[in-house]
Amino acid sequence: MPEPALRLATERLTAMYGKLTAVKDVTLAFRANTVNALIGPSGCGKSTYLRTLNRMHELSEGGWITGRVLLDGEDVYGSRVSPMQLRRRIGMVFQKPTPFPTMSIYDNVAAGLRIDGRLRRGELDAVVERSLRQAALWDEVKDRLKTSAIALSGGQQQRLCIARTVAPRPEVILLDEPTASLDPAGTQRIEELVFELKREFTLVIVTHNMQQAARVSDTTTFFYLGTMVESGPTRQIFTAPAEERTEAYITGRFG
Amino acid sequence: MVGLMIGAVILAVLPLLFILLNLVLKGAGSLSLAFFTRMPVPAGETGGGVAHAIVGTLIIVGMASLFGLPLGIGAGVFCAEYPGARLAKLTRFVSDVMNGTPSIVVGVFAWALIVARTKQFSALAGSCALAMLMVPMVMRTTEELIKLVPNSLREAALALGYSRWRTSVTIVLRTALPGIVTGSLLAVARIAGETAPLLFTALGSQFMSLKITEPMAALPLTVFNYAIGPYEEWHRYAWATALVLIMVVLVLSLAARLATRQRFSGNA
Repeated sequence: MPEPALRLATERLTAMYGKLTAVKDVTLAFRANTVNALIGPSGCGKSTYLRTLNRMHELSEGGWITGRVLLDGEDVYGSRVSPMQLRRRIGMVFQKPTPFPTMSIYDNVAAGLRIDGRLRRGELDAVVERSLRQAALWDEVKDRLKTSAIALSGGQQQRLCIARTVAPRPEVILLDEPTASLDPAGTQRIEELVFELKREFTLVIVTHNMQQAARVSDTTTFFYLGTMVESGPTRQIFTAPAEERTEAYITGRFG
Repeated sequence: MVGLMIGAVILAVLPLLFILLNLVLKGAGSLSLAFFTRMPVPAGETGGGVAHAIVGTLIIVGMASLFGLPLGIGAGVFCAEYPGARLAKLTRFVSDVMNGTPSIVVGVFAWALIVARTKQFSALAGSCALAMLMVPMVMRTTEELIKLVPNSLREAALALGYSRWRTSVTIVLRTALPGIVTGSLLAVARIAGETAPLLFTALGSQFMSLKITEPMAALPLTVFNYAIGPYEEWHRYAWATALVLIMVVLVLSLAARLATRQRFSGNA
């Protein structure tokens, strides 16, 4: 079987907060329809790295970058790329569930689709249903789509956020510790979901939980102190890491 | 300790209850349907009303809200969304100073700005004076409430491809809206009772007037005029008018509360 196409890549990417370097010189590539885990201790720069991919980093105080981020070969920091357009191609799910509290479940899922306002009512209904099914939430909420999204449990809210993210059909989905605030059952459902979603999307997931990385990802990248220490197939990183620091971290000797 | 706190609560509420009770006792006797629907009658006759002042207050306060609320809310959103901007810092400082300005000073200012130039007392000038009082109140409330909206919501909207502007309006402002409505209502209620800024602007009137470029009656002015008048009957009218003023504010608050009741509370 041939290797899947390259979807997203960074070349010598350095991310700064003012004069402070958070991520140093990272060159990395993510292939289409794979799950890619970014691991490392707190403050290692993995979340900052993730946020450079959809240009959320530049919204932080003093955030700027050097180097390139390529989506399907095109530099996303190019002068002709609008960050708003880009973020519809690279969706993001955050650590804490962030349903819009004033919107119904239905409107939350439809939120990203309404930016252009092009879809007709019937089409919108279909996309909302498909997205909720894809997020494994449809059966639980189909009878109360018009009710408030904040009445859902934490795990359901996070799946709702995933539905909202997949609804506009992005190419890539970034997940920033999506299970950090969930209980074990909620975590397991999200993990199963991530596995399902890679059939259609390319996923990059930041996680503190090494078992999670081992369970769901195809490749794993280890960050430490703002640099990329090692990247490779997950099985290899967890069984035979090339770097001593990687081995020390995954065996729990630090971090 | 709890006893002390309960004592403090009673002390705080007592004057309020006393005012209300006093108003009802002294004013309710003169209230009748005619009081709401009729115009004033010459001194000595009975059976007059304050319909002109009720209409006047609604017009003057309505126009003041029309000017003041969008300005105040807009400035508040700006200051909260761009907290570091020099313009935001300046606006914040100016509004803090304005918040502490005595309302009669604002009234004199509106007189100099509008009445002296147009050579005409007008309801419009009164509305401008009230709006000037309103803007800083509404602005600071809006800013504080918007700051309470978690940043994660803002980020979620931006990550979905929302523009900065759209995020501010449809997500952040919408989330803070119930609080902003309450804050705005407090501001409306406050200015509805202001007398000083209207003294040299709307002036007051004995007649029903709908022209905003002419003097117009307002409930606080009517209370004032009746209260300083020489007749017993007028003093009773002053109490009754004050009661009407309180009722108008109450009705306004209730109406807005009902209108902005949480959308989901019914079927969640």
